[in-house]
Amino acid sequence: MNWLQRPASDTQITHGRRLWLYIIGVLILAFLIIPTLIVIPMSFSQSQYLEFPPRVWGVRWYENYFGSIEWMTATWVSIKAAFWTVLVTTPIATMAAYGLYVSNIRAARFIFVLLITPMMVPVVLIAIGVFFAYTRLSLNNTMVGLVLAHSVLALPMALIVISAGLRSYDMNQERVARSLGASRLKAFLVVTLPQIRFSVITGALLAFIVSFDEVIVALFISGGDMSTITRSMFLALRDQIDPTIASISTVMILITTAVFLVAQVLGKSKSDNS
Amino acid sequence: MTAPISPAHNAEALRRDERRERLLLFGLSLPALIMVLLVILVPVGWLFWLSLFNDEGVLSTYNYSRMLESKSYVRIFKTTFNVSFLTTLICVLIGYPLAYFLSQLSKRWAAIGLIAVLLPFWTSLLVRTYAWLVVLQRKGLINQWGIELGWWETPLRLVHNLNGTLIGMVHIMLPFLVLPLYGSMRSIDFDYLKAAANLGANPTKSFWFVFFPLSLPGLFAGITVVFVLCLGFFVTPAVLGGGKVIMVSMKIETLIDLFFNFGTASALGVVLLVLTLAVLFIAHKLLNLDKVLGSGGGG
Repeated sequence: MNWLQRPASDTQITHGRRLWLYIIGVLILAFLIIPTLIVIPMSFSQSQYLEFPPRVWGVRWYENYFGSIEWMTATWVSIKAAFWTVLVTTPIATMAAYGLYVSNIRAARFIFVLLITPMMVPVVLIAIGVFFAYTRLSLNNTMVGLVLAHSVLALPMALIVISAGLRSYDMNQERVARSLGASRLKAFLVVTLPQIRFSVITGALLAFIVSFDEVIVALFISGGDMSTITRSMFLALRDQIDPTIASISTVMILITTAVFLVAQVLGKSKSDNS
Repeated sequence: MTAPISPAHNAEALRRDERRERLLLFGLSLPALIMVLLVILVPVGWLFWLSLFNDEGVLSTYNYSRMLESKSYVRIFKTTFNVSFLTTLICVLIGYPLAYFLSQLSKRWAAIGLIAVLLPFWTSLLVRTYAWLVVLQRKGLINQWGIELGWWETPLRLVHNLNGTLIGMVHIMLPFLVLPLYGSMRSIDFDYLKAAANLGANPTKSFWFVFFPLSLPGLFAGITVVFVLCLGFFVTPAVLGGGKVIMVSMKIETLIDLFFNFGTASALGVVLLVLTLAVLFIAHKLLNLDKVLGSGGGG
């Protein structure tokens, strides 16, 4: 066991004396991953109850999911809402981040804090507030209402990420473009935007995830044909453990993982460029 | 043909131009501002207004005084604090070793470890809560295996109570603690530890006297985020608590869903908001809030 006697750090502690730390670390990592991933094999069970490992493998619960009109409608509502949220949040967050960063007025700091309040106010309070307001505006159970609420919830994340991107960007480049005769809009679109595009894309993907995962606001303001998948899942979970949800969970893990892989791939090219 | 321009006049015009442009640029944040105003500030303000009226529609502090007098409301706030405190404590106890472990690995191994921390982060909260339900229930994996291996005979009550709530919440909150903590551990200059060793400190001593104090800003940032998120938690206690763990946000949902009682629900929400802001304010005074928010967005 040569590795055990080798120093683990500059201060002479060996890997052997650190073994306890490595074991604890790996155990905690296992605690983080295994419970989530174990749902995937369990969803491929043919029996009536969830088991691990499944005694008979099969796609019975997927047939149940894909064959159910209600689950399918809810899935499409969620995907549509998430896409619309991205389309609404990304330009609005980019405009706000740019405006606050460049205008450099004293109120900018205050406005920034105001814009990230959706992150600080307890979601349930937002949910009943929106529900109450939507009842008056008859926006409950509509796509417009859902997208509007989700866009506001997604705004802080997108704003923070895009603002961070702007801070690490050298604004002199835009000044150069403008001194060469480009208008502000053109300078932004041609010079600045391409260089902060990775933060903008990350912001957009986060907006997608925020909307797609959102439960509490949707619980209040969506229903019937406009019920989101998370809302239907939550209501089903409260009653009984329907194995169909294991297959839905697997599909949801796939969707969000795909979204984050896109972010990773795009983020990689960022470090290659600079 | 241009007329000669006096420098003072020109400077005045330039200043005016700049002011106008700044206002114009500032206007770019208006759509975002209007949206937050319409969806958050006006409705929440409205709820606050509603909370000031009693059931007969008369202006009173009834909704608030009831919270102090009624035992059930006091109990709900106690439960919320207990659950938040315990979750934060357990997160610190297992999150600190994990962050320390990751900070001691080479960059490449740490990146692999961090993926494991981030995986639950991007998996739907509902999916993870469901997974715990499957693992912990009466006929779930843990009980199935424990009985097969002969460790215990009757199924343990792991879910639909406080145990299940805490396990689920710790699992969901852990990344929020580990990420800022890991960041602050990575930024510690290891020359300090070498200096401590050089001055005769053994590894244990140099950890407690040098490394640990330097990691505290990240730890406090993580604790703040976890505690604040716990205060408003809804989904996990609702599913894993089995009705035995009632948090403030769950009570609010019941009040609206079953009784359509906006006055009392709003008052509860306002108190929850005030508590949240108080925790954030204290944290802001003790440490730089920008760090907290920056780390939240970086993931």
